[in-house]
Amino acid sequence: MNLNNSSIFEVIRSAFGKDVWQIVAPAIKDTLYMTVLTTVFTLLLGVILGIVLVVTDKQGIHPLPIFNRVLGAIVNVLRSLPSMILIILTLPLSRFFIGRAYGPEACILALVASCVPMFGRLVESSILEVAKGKIEAAKAMGTPNFYIITKVLIPEALPSLIRAFTVAIIAIIATTALAGSFGAGGLGDVAVRFGYSRFKTDILIAAVLVLIIIVQLVQFLGDALSKHIIKKRFLM
Amino acid sequence: MGISFISIEDLYKTFKNADGNVEVLKGINLELEQGDIFGIVGFSGAGKSTLIRCLNRLEKPDCGRIRIGEHEITALSKKELNHHRQKIGMIFQHFNLFDSRTVFGNVAYPLEIAGCDKRHIRNRVEEILELVELSDKINCQIGQLSGGQKQRVGIARALANNPDVLLSDEATSALDPQTTLSVLDLLKDINRKLGLTIILITHELEVIKYSCNNMAVLESGVIVEQGAVRDIFQNPRSDTAKLFVKINAEFAANQWVKEGEYI
Repeated sequence: MNLNNSSIFEVIRSAFGKDVWQIVAPAIKDTLYMTVLTTVFTLLLGVILGIVLVVTDKQGIHPLPIFNRVLGAIVNVLRSLPSMILIILTLPLSRFFIGRAYGPEACILALVASCVPMFGRLVESSILEVAKGKIEAAKAMGTPNFYIITKVLIPEALPSLIRAFTVAIIAIIATTALAGSFGAGGLGDVAVRFGYSRFKTDILIAAVLVLIIIVQLVQFLGDALSKHIIKKRFLM
Repeated sequence: MGISFISIEDLYKTFKNADGNVEVLKGINLELEQGDIFGIVGFSGAGKSTLIRCLNRLEKPDCGRIRIGEHEITALSKKELNHHRQKIGMIFQHFNLFDSRTVFGNVAYPLEIAGCDKRHIRNRVEEILELVELSDKINCQIGQLSGGQKQRVGIARALANNPDVLLSDEATSALDPQTTLSVLDLLKDINRKLGLTIILITHELEVIKYSCNNMAVLESGVIVEQGAVRDIFQNPRSDTAKLFVKINAEFAANQWVKEGEYI
């Protein structure tokens, strides 16, 4: 159903109809599946990347200037590629690792590769917000570098890290939708395949609606959690 | 004079910046007795902060030797340094407490790093909070405390591991006069009770006058005068010391001193 053969009200009513949801519901599952898996990997690798970037900086607690510059350059290169190009570039890698270049699992590698550099930079800037004096105090108390990271940098930056993480999840959802057009499945795939290619505007509306709701929910939860911690610490 | 507790010999430190090299410490020699409260005064940029930060090697000196007790701080490996830093307490102008932890958590932090068990940590934190009179704030967040209370937590944290020496880096400079006095009283009290050696740097001569036995005057990276606080006040010889004493006297003459209140 689209606007050429039906009125806008009919299209909207149809977007909530049973036929549409039979197509959209499995796509929601795929999208959530990809988002959750990508999020787990991105969280893990991005936090590590961000910390390594901060720690090995010239002013960091374990300066490795050359390593830091090389790593920074790699991150910049990955970030300067549009996600679409990155997906195309990493699909052969998926074929190598997983054995096929289509389906949700195959796209996770591409999604992680495109989201980790972005999230890593966000983690970096969050951790740089931790006052230098606190790190100095930790050093003065004889804290080994590993504990400076786990006991000072991460806990102190937590509210900011959660906000960065929220931004990252939303970016992952957006990239997941994009990956849909490269055989990943999910809401993006449904929106393009049915909504765009086959002029089924009702399906397009339904898919977009679900994406909006997911994004709003994630943003709401992230904001609430971050605010809760800030309030608990009496920082506002 | 017997063998000193802390000795600094020929300490040099140069910082590199965009304009070239800045020589901050130019051959510092200093001997300190155990149990002393020693003040180092100087104007901004004299190198006080760098000097005190060399004592726990937050700043690595270019050359020279620092000895605290039997340990040569400047000769320690990184691992040994971390171990010895646990015995050198430090308090800061901006407190540098951890907002992610409660008062208890902040004071417990150095004990966690030292690898103490939970029961010992709990006992020690309660004991030390009693000393700084903050027992009732044990479960408070840092954000709930006033400046003076924060500095008391800072002192408690610095004392948790029973240090041999306490370094105070402008610890009262961010506090109002009344709070400054109460923090200095606490430091004097700790010095008396625990026999703890305290080194404090400041740009406020009153702080030294109120709390220190001996002092040194630092002027562009060189110690220009050193001795008992009383002697330097009565008979300042260096230009910087003369200027400090003059400023101090002018302030005292022009201040509104309320009845019973020390400013």
